[in-house]
Order: sequence, then structure tokens, then C-alpha cells
Amino acid sequence: MSDRHLDGNALGGLFNELFGREMTDQDACCGTCGAIGPLGRALAFLDAPGQVLRCVNCESVLLVAVATPTGVRITVQSLRWVELS
Amino acid sequence: MERTAVRGRLSWLAAEVVELVDENPTVRGIVLSCPGWSGHLPGQHVDVRLTAEDGYQAQRSYSIAAPENGEQVTITVELIGDGEVSPYLVGELGVGDVIELRGPIGGYFVWTAEMGGPLQLLAGGSGIVPLMAMIRSQVGATPAIPTRLLVSARSYDSMIYRDELAVLTEKMESLAVTYTLTRSQPPGWTGQDRRVDQAMLAEATWSSDERPLVYVCGPTGFVETVASILVGQGHEGARIKTERFGPSGTP
Repeated sequence: MSDRHLDGNALGGLFNELFGREMTDQDACCGTCGAIGPLGRALAFLDAPGQVLRCVNCESVLLVAVATPTGVRITVQSLRWVELS
Repeated sequence: MERTAVRGRLSWLAAEVVELVDENPTVRGIVLSCPGWSGHLPGQHVDVRLTAEDGYQAQRSYSIAAPENGEQVTITVELIGDGEVSPYLVGELGVGDVIELRGPIGGYFVWTAEMGGPLQLLAGGSGIVPLMAMIRSQVGATPAIPTRLLVSARSYDSMIYRDELAVLTEKMESLAVTYTLTRSQPPGWTGQDRRVDQAMLAEATWSSDERPLVYVCGPTGFVETVASILVGQGHEGARIKTERFGPSGTP
């Protein structure tokens, strides 16, 4: 594992923009390996071009956020679901 | 946890600097007054946004260093040499200046007294900041939650909250602090002097039989080393919460 990553907790502000609520303690499922766990435990790479959230189990890219001249573009990749509880 | 879960969409709030505290030569505590702040729990963080005169914006996340206190929000910022935001916050920000905050953020790496203990806190470098909010929240509280803190720092000068923790351990029987200085130690140093390892954790932390709630915060390498040793020593993975700490930004 590289030393560059933080955890999904670091993207809590972005999640709040997307979902309008606290999300770091909410479960998400990786569509690649099926692992389920809180978004706050996923791996966050903030020094990639944009911000990348990866699965803590298989490191598949769950979601990418990239700044554009007018805002932020969110690309959902392997994130199969999130559950709001 | 309930209280954070029901909170809705956050907005950016203006916050005025009311006090600056130099914790060491490269770390500064910033006390902000933030009208409209909804309160927070120990372990949560905020996003800080700076806007330059030309409209350029930069954003970073910082842990909140003190428990809820009305509209007051305290963060502790470490200077990152090639950073874009921390040199301003540590070196140039003055009392009366206004910055923007969005928070509180985080429902995972959170501890409140109702969650109980014993509490095992492990900090690498500036990873001590959110753990300090947990400790400060217990000052004067009853019943006292038995708490052990293990701090790994590079050198004596890079330690954060050193004097305050010395006072708190005198005052609070429930709190015990162990230090290790990994790169250099002052003459007469009686603490540990190496990187955290199995023997140190076995000696200085609650054993898995005590079923502590464990919070580990620091650089990624520190967090992963500590968490894997603790799991190896029989701690349940579900009782170990980690937060990797480092320079961060959002688009």
C-alpha cells in the first residue's frame, strides 16, 4: 500500500455537498469485490489529478472528483451503492 | 452519533480569528468565533476555505482540537513546507482576520463519553489534534473514562500540547500519557526513543482483554503499523478506528 492515501473521512465535505448530510459513517458497497464498509474507511487519494476514492479491500476506484472551470465533476465508478441510515 | 447523522447540508460560514496559540515553532492553534456554528463532537473536522483577492480559492481539512463550546471552533494547524494554505494559517493569519469554515464533518472517527471506554488513543505527529479534543472533552467530567494516550513525535521541539498534557495528567487520575521521540531526544529524556513497535504497544496500551475503544490518528504509515500490531495482539478490528492525517485539499 502506498503512503499517499488518507481515508474517506477526508472527503466528508465533498460527500456532504453530494448527499446533503453526513456520509462518512454510512455503508457503501464496492461493485468490483463486494466489500461493504463506511465511506469514511475507504482510501482517499487527494494528490491524484482530482480526488480519488478507492475500495479499502481491492483498491478499485469507487469515485473520482475533478475540479472544472465552473465547478466539480463527480465520476462514479465502482461504487455500487450507499445506504443511508 | 445520532446528532451528527441527522445533520443536513452544510454551508460555508464566516469565522473570525479570536486567538492564536503557538504550540511549537511550526504548529499553531487557531481559535475562531463562528456565528451559526451548530456544535460538534470530539474527532470531527472542518473544511477551511481561503479566498484570494483575485477570487482564487484553496481548501483544506483540519481536525477540531477542542470540544464543543458555543460558536467557538479551535483548530490546530501544522506548517507544511510546500503547502498552499498552512503557511498562511501558521505564519500570516492574525486576530480579527476572517476565514470560511464548513463543518462539522465526520461521523466515523468520533468519540463521546456515552460510548464509554477504556479509551486508547494513539497519535503520530499532528495526528494528536482530534485525540486532544477527546481528552479535553473529559476535563472535569464524571465518571472519568480511563484513558491512555501514546504519542509518537520526531523530537522534543515537535511535540504538540506538551505542557497542557503534563498539567492534565497531574490533574486527571484517569489519564496516562506515554511519549516516544523517534529522531532525537533531549538530554535526560525518560520516555521511549524508537518507532512504535509490538513491545511498546504491549507495555504502554490497554491490553485486548480490557476491550478498549481504540483511536489511531497520524500519517498513513504510522496508522497502518499501529493498527496491524493491535489486531495481532488480539484487539477487535471493529473497536479500532483510524484516521490518516496528511495534507489534503478538495477541488
